[in-house]
Amino acid sequence: MNLTLRIWRQSGPQDKGRMVTYQVDDVSPDMSFLEMLDVLNERLILDGEEPVAFDHDCREGICGMCGLMINGNAHGPQRGTTACQLHMRQFKDGDTIDIEPWRARPFPVIKDLVVDRSAFDQIIAAGGYITAPTGSAPEAHSVPVAKANADAAFESAACIGCGACVAACPNGSGLLFTAAKVTQLSLMPQGQPERYTRVIGMVDAHDEAGFGGCTNAGECTVVCPKGIPLSTIGRLNRDYLAATTKRGDTPGT
Amino acid sequence: MAVTGILLVLFLIAHMLGNLKIFTGATAFNHYAGWLREIGAPLLPSTGFLWLQRVGLLVAVLLHIWAATVLALRARAARPVRYAHRKKIQGSYAARTMRWGGVIILLFVVYHILDLTTGTLNPVGDSTRPYANVVADFAPGRWYVTLFYTLAIVALGFHLRHGVFSALRSLGQQTPRGEQRARAVALVFAVALCVGYLLVPFAVLTGLVS
Repeated sequence: MNLTLRIWRQSGPQDKGRMVTYQVDDVSPDMSFLEMLDVLNERLILDGEEPVAFDHDCREGICGMCGLMINGNAHGPQRGTTACQLHMRQFKDGDTIDIEPWRARPFPVIKDLVVDRSAFDQIIAAGGYITAPTGSAPEAHSVPVAKANADAAFESAACIGCGACVAACPNGSGLLFTAAKVTQLSLMPQGQPERYTRVIGMVDAHDEAGFGGCTNAGECTVVCPKGIPLSTIGRLNRDYLAATTKRGDTPGT
Repeated sequence: MAVTGILLVLFLIAHMLGNLKIFTGATAFNHYAGWLREIGAPLLPSTGFLWLQRVGLLVAVLLHIWAATVLALRARAARPVRYAHRKKIQGSYAARTMRWGGVIILLFVVYHILDLTTGTLNPVGDSTRPYANVVADFAPGRWYVTLFYTLAIVALGFHLRHGVFSALRSLGQQTPRGEQRARAVALVFAVALCVGYLLVPFAVLTGLVS
């Protein structure tokens, strides 16, 4: 396959950046998208040019490091797939492919296609945890969990924090990520003590980081490589409404 | 957005049901319009209830627009650099046209009040004969009025298609099955309201109401 790539090149956070066109020849349809970029980078290095910087780690679709806007699709055209698990057979010979970084104010570009997603860490630090003694694992049956809750929590726990939801959102909102974390923890008995301070803290951190507001447009769940359902946002909303009316953290109430 | 939207939706339902009284004839329709002015009498003065309702609706509309503006400004600030390659809409079309659809509806409401409340832009413009106002409004010669009305109602339908679902979600609808139900309810409601509102102008246009 011979492809034309239009890639966002930006030498650093201060650079203005631009789309640059590259030709890549002899691409195998069995290559992953990132392997195709590796081939381009090897050639760029041999030519003495600066290789294209992009994030990646496990290349198995579970670490959440890779994230590319491919032809306007977060993680590319295939549903439920991270960019690293996307294969070139999804494209045709002679295609032109636009590759851009995630675009959001809380995700500033570090270089080329690499963005800083530490805004997600701020959201987690504001409530994405439980208070439990560490040490040896407790007996599994000591805290019973309803099967339906366990399943829904597990579904949300599949979130890898890649940021595709933010990239695809017309409002630049990170609420699907936040809602996945809130759902995962608030459905578990271990997550109950901080249930209502968690949702307020995480939503506040989300807003402070500069993410946009959710309008339930639903673009996020379409591109989510882990298929986090939009209904998690309803769960977050319900917890938020309950939290703003409860006074659970006032002593004596 | 959700709370003010629900208030406006309640008004839309009452307004549509009132409109449909036009099929009961000129006398009944004019009588109904007269009754609207006398609701609450003698406790309230004439048109007292209407003014309470107008103030309530105005507050709801202003808060609705304010909330939408805040969301739109936040969305703009959250993406300072735009994508070079913008993908076509993958979620819901209705959801992506909420803002401009809302602007169209607002412009229509301004025109609609000047037309059928104050009578300024109406060929008859007699507040004691609302039946005659409506019939003159949608006369075949004034096809452009009917066209604008239809466009605004369709825009309203799209607005409600997403708005009703989104309001339920904002107020805590949280199960996947409930989401399907909420979307179905929103669709059926939007279509029913569109049909209810469009019956009147098209009945006048085709001569069913004259």
